[in-house]
Amino acid sequence: MIEQLIQFLDVVSKSPHLPVLLIAIPLVAAPLLILIGNRKLVQILSLIVAWVVFGISVAMLGRVLATGAFEYQLGGWPSPYGIVYRVDHFNAFVMLFVSALGALVLTYSPPSVAAEIPRSKHYLFYPSYLLCMTGLLGMCVTGDLFNVFVFLEISSLSSYALISLGKTRRAPLASLQYLILGTIGATFFLLGIGLLYQITGTLNMADIAEKLAASDAKRAELVAFAFMTVGLFIKMAVFPLHTWLPNAYTYAPSVVTTFIAATSTKVSVYAFVRMVYTIYTPKFAFETLPLDRAMVVLALIGIFVASIAAIYQTNVKRLLAYSSVAQIGYMLLGIGLATEAGVAAGVVHMFNHAFIKGGLFMVVGCFALRIGSVRLEDWRGAASVMPMTCFAWAVGGLGLIGVPMTAGFVSKWMLLTATMDAGNLTVAMLMLISSLLAVVYVWKVVEAIYFSEPSEKVKAAKEAPLTMLIPTYVVIGATVVFGCWTVYSAEIAQLAAKALLNASGVVQ
Amino acid sequence: MMTPEQLIMTSLALPLLAVGLVFLFGKIPNLRDGCSIVVSVLLFGVTCQLAQLVFNGERPELVIGEMIPGFKIRFLIEPLGMIFALVASGLWILTTIYAIGYMRGHHEKNQTRFFACFAAAIFAALSAAYAANLLTLFVAYEVMTISTYPLVTHNGDEEAKRGGRVYLGILISTSIAFFLFAIVWTGHIAGTLDFVPGGILQQPFAEGKISPAGLAALLALFTFGIGKAALMPFHRWLPAAMVAPTPVSALLHAVAVVKVGVFSILKVVIYVFGIDLIRETNLTGSLSDVGISDWLCYLAAASILLASLVAMTKDNLKARLAYSTISQLAYITLGALLASESSVIGGGMHIVMHAVGKITLFFCAGAIYVGAHKKNISDMRGLGRAMPLTFAAFLVASISIIGLPPGGGSWSKWFLAVGCVESGQAWLMGALMISSLLNIAYLVPIPIRAFMTPKGEEPQKWHEAPMMCVVPLCITAVGSVVLMFFADSIYRVLLQIV
Repeated sequence: MIEQLIQFLDVVSKSPHLPVLLIAIPLVAAPLLILIGNRKLVQILSLIVAWVVFGISVAMLGRVLATGAFEYQLGGWPSPYGIVYRVDHFNAFVMLFVSALGALVLTYSPPSVAAEIPRSKHYLFYPSYLLCMTGLLGMCVTGDLFNVFVFLEISSLSSYALISLGKTRRAPLASLQYLILGTIGATFFLLGIGLLYQITGTLNMADIAEKLAASDAKRAELVAFAFMTVGLFIKMAVFPLHTWLPNAYTYAPSVVTTFIAATSTKVSVYAFVRMVYTIYTPKFAFETLPLDRAMVVLALIGIFVASIAAIYQTNVKRLLAYSSVAQIGYMLLGIGLATEAGVAAGVVHMFNHAFIKGGLFMVVGCFALRIGSVRLEDWRGAASVMPMTCFAWAVGGLGLIGVPMTAGFVSKWMLLTATMDAGNLTVAMLMLISSLLAVVYVWKVVEAIYFSEPSEKVKAAKEAPLTMLIPTYVVIGATVVFGCWTVYSAEIAQLAAKALLNASGVVQ
Repeated sequence: MMTPEQLIMTSLALPLLAVGLVFLFGKIPNLRDGCSIVVSVLLFGVTCQLAQLVFNGERPELVIGEMIPGFKIRFLIEPLGMIFALVASGLWILTTIYAIGYMRGHHEKNQTRFFACFAAAIFAALSAAYAANLLTLFVAYEVMTISTYPLVTHNGDEEAKRGGRVYLGILISTSIAFFLFAIVWTGHIAGTLDFVPGGILQQPFAEGKISPAGLAALLALFTFGIGKAALMPFHRWLPAAMVAPTPVSALLHAVAVVKVGVFSILKVVIYVFGIDLIRETNLTGSLSDVGISDWLCYLAAASILLASLVAMTKDNLKARLAYSTISQLAYITLGALLASESSVIGGGMHIVMHAVGKITLFFCAGAIYVGAHKKNISDMRGLGRAMPLTFAAFLVASISIIGLPPGGGSWSKWFLAVGCVESGQAWLMGALMISSLLNIAYLVPIPIRAFMTPKGEEPQKWHEAPMMCVVPLCITAVGSVVLMFFADSIYRVLLQIV
C-alpha cells in the first residue's frame, strides 16, 4: 500500500502537467466548494487542496533545481501564440513560500474563522481564500503578460471579498478603499500591457522582451513602463501609494490579514521584478530612466515614515501593517541595486519576510481569539496566561528586528553587503539605523505582554488552542531555521538572481 | 580520547545540554540544579583539555557550515580566546553553586528560566571565545545579549523593565548601527572576515582601498559598536543591568558579558587591524600627527577616571561595583587601543585578573544581601564582625582590583603601564595611577569600616550567608591571590599572540 503510494507520488511529481495543475486544482475546487455548501466538508476539502498545491510547488521547485527552467504550453499551443506557463528558479521559489504559507495559514484558520467570521459566510470564506491563492500563484507561474493581469484581478477581487468579511463595520469600508486603489493600480497595469501589445504585437513576456530590444518606439515604451510601474507600486504598497494597506490589514479578519500580509504584496514585487528584469532590462529601468534613485529615495523615506508610524500604533494589527510598508522598502532597495547580490537580497527578503510577518500575524490571531482584542492595552500581562503565544511573538519579533540566527538577519546581512559592494555606504548606514526602529515597535509589545499587570480581558483568557499554536510555531520555527540554514532560501534566491540577470544581459 | 574537533563540539554542546536538562527537570529543583553543576564541571574539564592543546601551539578548528552563502560559522581557538573560555567556564561552576545558594536563600521565582538562560549565556560566551571570524563573533555577541535579557529583567517589576530597556536598547543599537556596519565594511574592504594573525586590513590599506581617516572611523565604529565593553559614553546599560539578581551581575556583568566586549575589542585590534597597523598609521601620514587610535585612547583614559569618580559617589554597593567595572573595562580597552606588545598582553591578562577579583566582590555583595539584607554601603558599618569571611574576601579581591601585591591585578596593571610607555604615551600612565588611588578610595574603606564596630553598639554575632554562597567567594578570593604567582604562565601564553 505504502509502496504504491510512493510510486504514485513519484509518477505525479514527474508529470509534465504540474504547472497547470497548480492553477487548475484550486480554480476548479473553489466554485465546487460553494456548491457543496456544507461548512465542515468545505473546510476539510479546501485544506486538502491547499496542501496538494503546496506539494505541487515543492515538486516543481525540485524539478527546477534538478534540470533547470521548464515550460508548459496550454492546450499544446506553442509560444508565442498560445499561453505559456514558465517555471524557473525565481517563480518556483516565490510559489513555494506562497503555497506553503497558504496551506499553513489555512490549517491554522478554523478556530479563528469561527470566532471572527459569521457562520453563514464560512462556505464563502474558503473558496475566496483558494481563489486568492490561485490568483497569486497564477501571477507567478504564467509567462504571458495579459495572463498576469487576469490573475492579478482574480487575487485582488477575492481579497476585496475576504477583507470585507471582517467583523466590524469598517471592514467593508476598508475593502472599498482597497478596491478603489487596487482597481486604479490594475487599470494602470492593463494600460501598460495594452501599449506593449501595440508596440510588439505579442503578449508572451520573453517574446515582448525580444521585440522591445528591436523596436524604436521609445516614447511608447516609456509610457508603458511608467503605467505598469505605478500600477504595481500601488499593489506593492510602496510609499506613498500605501494608504490602502493599513486599513485593509487592520479591519480584515485575522486569518485574511495573515495570508495577505505574508503573500500578496510579495507577489506584486515578483511581478515588478519580472517587468524590470525580464520584459524590460535593468539598463532601461535604471540607466535610461533613473528609477533606481527614485526607488532608493522612496524606499528609505517609506522605511523611516512607516517604521515611525508603527511605533505610535496602539492597535497591533495596524502596527504590523505599517511595518509591512517599511519592509517592502528593503526589498525595493535590493532590487534597485541591479546587481546579482542586490537582487538576491531582495528576493530572499521576500521569502524571509513572508514567514516572519506571517508568523507574527498568526500570533495576533491567537491573541484576537483568546483576548478578543488586538489593542495593545488589552494584551497587557498576557504572558502570565498565554506563555506559548507570547514567546512566539518574541521570537518572531527578533526575526523582524533582524537578530542573528533568525531569517531577518540573513536578509539584512545580504542586503547590507550588496549595498556596500555597490559602493553606497550612506544607504547602508541609513538602512541599519532604520532597522533600529523595529526594535522599538517590537519591544513595545514585548514589554506590554511580559512586564505589565494583566488587564481585565487577559485575566479571563487562556492559552490559544493547539490547532493554532502548532502551525504558528511551524512558521515561527521556520524563521529560525532559515536564519541558520540557508541552502533552500538564500542559495535559491542567488540562483534566481543569477538567472534573472543573465537573461537580461547584465554581465557581472 | 577525543579529537580537537570533537572537543570544541563538546564544549559548545555542553551548555546547550544544560539548557535542555534545566527545562526538562524544571519541576524537580534538586535534580535541575544538580545537572547544572555536573555539566559545568564537565565543561571545565573539556575546556582544560582544549587549553592544553592550544597552549602547546595547536590551533584546533571546527567548521559548522555556511550560515549565509559565502559566510561560514567557524571556530578556531587561539590563546586569547582559550584563556577567556577557561575563565568563563571555570567561574561558571562557582557561580552555579553560588546562584543555587542565593536563589534559594532568597526564594526567587522562575528559577528554571534563570538557570536555562544562564547556561545559554555561557554557550554564547564560549562561541565568542572560539570564533574564527567576525560573523561568528557577531552572532555569539547577539545571542549573548538576547539570552541575558530575561536574566536582567528577572524580577519582572517596573524597575526591571526599565533596566532591561536600557540594557537591550544600548546593546542592540550599538551592535546593529556600529558593530554590524563595521563588520560589513571590513568585509567589503578586506574581502574576508577571518581573524588572521597580523590583521586583514594591512594589505587593503597598503593598496589604498581605505584611507587613514577611514581606518580611524572603522576603529571607532568597532570600539563603540562593541557596546559590551562599556566605553563611555555607551556605558549606561551596565549600571542599569544591576537590577538583575546578584549571581547574574557576578557572572555576566563581571565575567561573561562585559568580558565578551573587551575580548572582542582585543580580537579586532589584534586579528583584524593588527597592532602594527594601528601603531604605525597616522591620520595624516607624518610622524608628529595623531595616530588613528589616539583619541580613542584618550577617551578610554577619561572613561577610567570618570567611572572611578562616579563610583565614589555611589552608596549602593552594586552600583559602585558597576562603575568600578566600567573603569576596569576601560583599562582593557586602553590596553588594546595602545596597540603595543605589553599593553595588549596587559589587557588580555586583566581580563583574567579582573574577572576573578570582580566576581568575588559581586559574590560578597550578594552574600551581604542574602545574609544581612543590606544594599547600601552606609548601612554596613560593623557588619564585618557578623560576616568576617565575606568581608575578608572583599578586602583581598579589592587589593587585586586596585593592583597591589599580592593581588593578581598588580601584574596586569604593570603590563598596561609598561604598554603606555612603549607606545610613547607615557603620560597616560598618570591616568592609570590616579585611578588606582581612586580604586583604593572607593573599595578599601568598605571592608575596613565594616570591621569597626560603631560606638555604643555591641559587636554583632556571627551570621554569614548560607555556605553555598560563602564557599565560592572564598575560593575566588584565594584565586585572585594565587593568580599573582601564575602571571608568568599567562604571560607566556599571551606572548604567542603578539
